[in-house]
Amino acid sequence: MTVAPKREAYDVVVIGAGPAGLAAAATSAEAGLSTLLLDENVGPGGQVFRAIASTPVTERNQLGADYWVGADLVQALRASSAEIIHRATVWSLDRNLEIAVSVGGASAFVKAKRVILATGALERPFPIPGWTLPGVMTAGAAQTMLKSSALVPDGRTVIAGQGPLLWLLAAQILRLGGRIDRILDTAERGNYFAALPHAFAFLTSPYFAKGLSMMREVKAKVQVVSGVTELSAAGDGQLASVSYVAGGKRETIPADLLLLHQGVVPNVNLAMAAGIEHGWDELQLCWSPVLDASGNSSVAGIAIAGDGADIGGANAAVVRGRIAARAAVEALAPAAGAKLPAMATLRADLAKAERGRIFLDTLFRPSPQFRIPSGDTIVCRCEEVTAKDILDAVAIGATGPNQLKAYRRTGMGPCQGRLCGLTVTELMAQARGKTPQEIGYYRLRAPVKPITLAELAAVPKSEDDIKAVVRG
Amino acid sequence: MFRRSEQDKRPQVQIFVDGIAVAARQGDTVSAALLASGQDARRSTAVSGAPRLPYCMMGVCFDCLVTIDGVGNRQGCLVPVAEGMQIEIQKGKREIGK
Repeated sequence: MTVAPKREAYDVVVIGAGPAGLAAAATSAEAGLSTLLLDENVGPGGQVFRAIASTPVTERNQLGADYWVGADLVQALRASSAEIIHRATVWSLDRNLEIAVSVGGASAFVKAKRVILATGALERPFPIPGWTLPGVMTAGAAQTMLKSSALVPDGRTVIAGQGPLLWLLAAQILRLGGRIDRILDTAERGNYFAALPHAFAFLTSPYFAKGLSMMREVKAKVQVVSGVTELSAAGDGQLASVSYVAGGKRETIPADLLLLHQGVVPNVNLAMAAGIEHGWDELQLCWSPVLDASGNSSVAGIAIAGDGADIGGANAAVVRGRIAARAAVEALAPAAGAKLPAMATLRADLAKAERGRIFLDTLFRPSPQFRIPSGDTIVCRCEEVTAKDILDAVAIGATGPNQLKAYRRTGMGPCQGRLCGLTVTELMAQARGKTPQEIGYYRLRAPVKPITLAELAAVPKSEDDIKAVVRG
Repeated sequence: MFRRSEQDKRPQVQIFVDGIAVAARQGDTVSAALLASGQDARRSTAVSGAPRLPYCMMGVCFDCLVTIDGVGNRQGCLVPVAEGMQIEIQKGKREIGK
């Protein structure tokens, strides 16, 4: 499957094969549009349906019914005429809808009439003291290994943070016979009151019953400490212990593995590099693209679907994928749209899938002390820049994330700000008494994933390209 | 840190980590195979030499950087293992020519 795209141009190119991308590509291809789906992973599924076509976990109830829904999406896509390429890293997308993609060490360029970005979400940075130590990982990382390789935590394991994924992961680890010593719940108690006005929608959504039964399942087997207000990891070159404060009391426990999670945020790198307008979302505390009701962005021809548009979970992502694809069909081949579900039906599906989200967003809004670190805590993992380094730079004149690069190289390492960007924005906003919107974000550019110079040098060149740089 | 569930019936694939044979499973990524191997797979960073292991396992954090078949700075969490693959734990920054 790691071959270059068959054509130079497509009606629709979908980027990302998670729930939104799978649904979008299948919808577009069913309507008869030439469709290419590019995905960085080894197989389809994105993160939520990770390894759906290859998981060694054969006991279906261990991963849960919500996971296996992904198999139907993959089947629908494979039955369609869409061209699918895995292990394909898109490193550039521009306003002309030209896409540069690296496949098997060589880059190809394809043109699209419409692009649907389904690049999903990543876990919110969790910058606590010691979070760069070997043995500290994200909860999502553990879940990825569980789904794709049936690997479960074996040593002394602590899970810390908050949000629905944390409980799902804990349940899955236990079902597969893995070990969890303690769960440290960082959900702020005050958030329960703030979330109360939105409780009715949540109580009548499918999240409620599922969430409750999962929490019961986990709490029956693992010691859960709630109201955790401080958290740190320590060890000499390897995690050795986790310290926390709950109810004003500090405790330190030995640990080999600490899994962190405090929600997910849109993965904005490709969208921002394409010049798509984003704004600060004060409820979800992240950057979200500015989109119309069909997912169309500020760049003509590019739509965004799934959690990259707005965190809404897998069900909402699937519907957003269908909506974005239907909008593309309406624009390119209006007659073919008659074959697809009506837009009004899809919008009703989306409203249903999003029911209860505001409650969850409010309840699981991460506390400031876990988002905005201080002192020697590392903010930028790649360039090893601490919170104090950043505040010192602000004190001598750094005004925002882009100026800060010249002072400290934050965001200039290989991850290109994915693991520090939100922290830098919020930290600088707080230090300068401004809003995150005023402080802004890193200016992102292609290549959004590193490629070798040799690969760049080997891309096909036109006569004009050569003339632009060669003299005489 | 991690162990394999008994229900995993995938065929074995032999890879080499700094020259030592390691049994992985078909479909493992390089990073998953390293974490399951029980070996010390810590790389050291280019900036301070601090030890690190993979953090995100989904292609965003770059803490899984590793040399695969002579090519440095590969994201081990995105590359599936293959029979006979040569892995080198990367110490410091990528070397010129790798």
